[in-house]
Amino acid sequence: MKDVYYSTVKQITNVLLFVEGVTDAAYNEIAEISLEDGTTVTGQVLDSRNGIAVVQSFGETRGMNLERTKVRFTGSTAKLSVSTDMLGRIFDGVGNPRDGGPQIYSNEQIEITGSPINPTAREEPSEFIQTGISTIDCMNTLVRGQKLPIFSGSGLPHNRIAAQIARQAKILGESEEFAVVFGGIGINSEEANFFKRELEETGALSRAVVFLNLSSEPSMERVILPRLALTAAEYLAYTENMHVLVILTDMTNYAEALREISAAREEVPGRRGYPGYMYTDLSTIYERAGKINNRKGSITQIPMLTMPGDDITHPIPDLTGYITEGQIVLSRELHRKGIYPNVDVLLSLSRLMNQGIGKERTREDHRNVSDQLYSSYAAGKDLRSLTEIVGEEALSENDRRSLKFADLFEEKFVKQGYDEDRSIDKSLDLGWELFSTLSKNDMKRIKDEFISKYGKWKE
Amino acid sequence: MENGRVYRVSGPVVIATGLTGSKMYNVVKVGDEKLTGEIIKLDSGKATIQVYEDTTGLKPGEPVTDTGMPLSVKLGPGLIGSIFDGIQRPLDKIMGKSGDFMPRGIDVESVDTKKKWHFVPKVKIGDSVKGGDIIGEVNETSLIKHLVMVQHGINGKILSISEGDFSISDCVAEIGSKDGKRSISMGQEWPVRIPRPVSSKLPPNVPFLTGQRVIDALFPVAKGGSAAIPGPFGSGKTVVSHQLAKWGDSEIVVYIGCGERGNEMTEILTTFPELTDPKSGKPLMDRTILIANTSNMPVAAREASIYTGITLAEYYRDMGYNVALMADSTSRWAEALREISGRLEEMPGEEGYPAYLGRKVAEFYERAGRVQTVNGLTGSVTAIGAVSPPGGDTSEPVSQNTLRVTRVFWALDASLANRRHFPSINWLNSYSLYLDELGEWYNKNVGEEWNDMRSTVMSILQKEAEINEVVQLVGYDALPEKEKEVLDIAKVIREDFLQQSAFDDVDTYTSIKKQAIMLKAILELDAAERTLLDRGFTMDKLSNTDAKQKMARMKFVPEAKIDSYYQDFQKSVRDLANTETNKVQS
Repeated sequence: MKDVYYSTVKQITNVLLFVEGVTDAAYNEIAEISLEDGTTVTGQVLDSRNGIAVVQSFGETRGMNLERTKVRFTGSTAKLSVSTDMLGRIFDGVGNPRDGGPQIYSNEQIEITGSPINPTAREEPSEFIQTGISTIDCMNTLVRGQKLPIFSGSGLPHNRIAAQIARQAKILGESEEFAVVFGGIGINSEEANFFKRELEETGALSRAVVFLNLSSEPSMERVILPRLALTAAEYLAYTENMHVLVILTDMTNYAEALREISAAREEVPGRRGYPGYMYTDLSTIYERAGKINNRKGSITQIPMLTMPGDDITHPIPDLTGYITEGQIVLSRELHRKGIYPNVDVLLSLSRLMNQGIGKERTREDHRNVSDQLYSSYAAGKDLRSLTEIVGEEALSENDRRSLKFADLFEEKFVKQGYDEDRSIDKSLDLGWELFSTLSKNDMKRIKDEFISKYGKWKE
Repeated sequence: MENGRVYRVSGPVVIATGLTGSKMYNVVKVGDEKLTGEIIKLDSGKATIQVYEDTTGLKPGEPVTDTGMPLSVKLGPGLIGSIFDGIQRPLDKIMGKSGDFMPRGIDVESVDTKKKWHFVPKVKIGDSVKGGDIIGEVNETSLIKHLVMVQHGINGKILSISEGDFSISDCVAEIGSKDGKRSISMGQEWPVRIPRPVSSKLPPNVPFLTGQRVIDALFPVAKGGSAAIPGPFGSGKTVVSHQLAKWGDSEIVVYIGCGERGNEMTEILTTFPELTDPKSGKPLMDRTILIANTSNMPVAAREASIYTGITLAEYYRDMGYNVALMADSTSRWAEALREISGRLEEMPGEEGYPAYLGRKVAEFYERAGRVQTVNGLTGSVTAIGAVSPPGGDTSEPVSQNTLRVTRVFWALDASLANRRHFPSINWLNSYSLYLDELGEWYNKNVGEEWNDMRSTVMSILQKEAEINEVVQLVGYDALPEKEKEVLDIAKVIREDFLQQSAFDDVDTYTSIKKQAIMLKAILELDAAERTLLDRGFTMDKLSNTDAKQKMARMKFVPEAKIDSYYQDFQKSVRDLANTETNKVQS
């Protein structure tokens, strides 16, 4: 640690301090900003040149002034002390305890930015995670080591779905439960309490690490919070050999904070004012999911984001979708119809599904059933919009069945209880039950052998 | 060598002082950790450097050393089967040296300099050779014979050359040139930003066959051509790219994962060695070079990865090979340009992209082509670039600049992908400008009816779109039977021909011969249905005929059995055309 205090702050904006006379501040170095009243705020060097350093403050700049505020450069980049003592604990956005417990002391301090996993060291994720939710297990399968975000809209029950996944997620045939790392980014205290209660009631808190930044707290903390959470997750996964489920909510708040810093730095904006490097920046969070060859642990990520105006082409969901391995999209229309979980399967996708399903993993007919459900539901939904114009009378018998299928699919297959934990066999059988309302000849996506083996048609 | 000091650090952009004699685009080593960077601007005593590695912890005052060399790749036997990062560092060697996570400032050799290769000379002592000429060959993999070429710039007579086992840095031949005696080794270097010279460009009149029906039959690309695959996320860009890499009939594949997912590169790394080349039965990795810069790896190396890839492709082209280059995704490369341009505080063009984006895109695709090489061989580089337009809107700058220079456009469509129509290439929006040039090849090699079948199929699909607009207004039942029949056949084309599953063992690849049979079959079915309509049948009686069921299964019939299956199908069609009114199944 260096004990040099600079009182040469020349400019303060709402998030940035320009410190003069600094010759050797390192890029991304952590700085300590001391205020007149003795309080200190942590900051980080964003731009360093011979003679001036730009420091981003993680706390509010309220109370800072040009004369009395002093800045000390710590000589180290941002690190997190990690140990298994973190399990069962709740921390704030810069890694300090917020549950009244003691600080975490450990010999092991890890840089929070993390290093990219060498692609040749990665192991292809292929272990099916049963979430107990039919639309996910059967049609958008989650596998261990995947990053699968939930695209939601304001007012939709994404938190309940995430909590249900965290509660029910398991690997078939394994008794070991997931450790949960929860990052609450700029969420309100009700949401925070909901998750805390969920974790406590299910007893999951003892194998969870929680990082919370409430919407009333400094927005700059939101930029480091996911990195703290993932650093803790990496430690648990790769050093302590645990399987970790990371839930980050709400990534939209993260992106907003990123835009705020970018604007303060007067950078050239990209789409809708978000910085041009947002893709790269988001990837340094999402890409920290995965499995590594010859290491036992794994990190599975479920980030959540609310799409502003339900617009999936908005930069936040758009860039996220290009990085993550699929997405679960929630539908406002289904929510209005009272269907929970309101997963819009047509817009949802899991890119790693194929590796996790099939014979010996789930069931041999899984891929076919999923494809057929997609295609039959899509056909039914098309007809739904057609009937709005021409009326149901104009439809053929076959089309009417197809139309009915779409309704049944939403009512029976998509809809399930908050506590309903459906096994994958049950989900697939449910699919077959629905198929039996259609003509056998329409089952173009299913192999004949499966039709005779699993079909539920009454001859 | 010039030495300087770091003056300013801002993300991947570093400004250094003291590099007064350095040249533009020279590679420099930055800081105590010796991070690799490239000089991209010189301004009154200050050099701006883009650094290919994370600059966290770098301070003003740290040393900067100029290597005196532009960013170059090492060429020679041993490239095939490798997986490199954006600046040609082999990822497996990095892992061997420093573990599962990517370190900074690591120096590993690009190609194994110890491994011995058996060199067989192809020229004799006393022969005159010039740069690019072939002097010998080496068996690089089970599929690839590596031709050893004289470095460009060296001309003269062979003084000595011998057969034997050499490493790529050993001298295999000596050439007496006007600058004195030059020793030739199998390894050479080439600056990535400069295209390797060719003798002349040839017309693109041989198709790059991919085994993907919608591409080969409707929107083919020529060997040496260029194609763009724009599509929103989830539309199956990556699956299409992978399919082309797996099944395309090029001899060598260079696959650039540019700013994409780590797990996707892993998928390639695990599946390619297991897959076999359909022609030779040898592992696909024996003809593949992978370049991986995942999205969380340094952004400046992403900018370089495209050039590294195409230079390697050109090198094998110069040996007379047909090389296919896949870049997934060029949008990430353009974003890397934008990010660096932003840090340089350059005046932005459209959507914050630098004003020179169009030029850079055009320069890249111009390096594709079917060429006569300087040593008289014929080789090609086919460049296929995936584009990831924000929100799937192709009016954005990267898509538009790409479409201006590429001649094939495979428009991936989110709505097709959402209903799991894969590959989700939209048949109405896509185009190929190679059709005329390739027509003769198809005539000669597939059959004279091919080009007509293609246009018939396209016109049926076009008609379907028009009729569907009417259906939206009046409903299906109000249509005349003839139009119902068009919809019926269009559905067969879409579902039983265009849709192709990458995950089915048989369906994943269809030979051009089987494609022709399938097209023929569809048009025969069409003809039979129309005859029946003329005889007073209605379409509702024809919705589920035996012939149609057979058509639906045809794509799953293995290549070896397709001829007999087709004969069987023809019989069903004949039966159908001859049925009496009261006997049709419904």
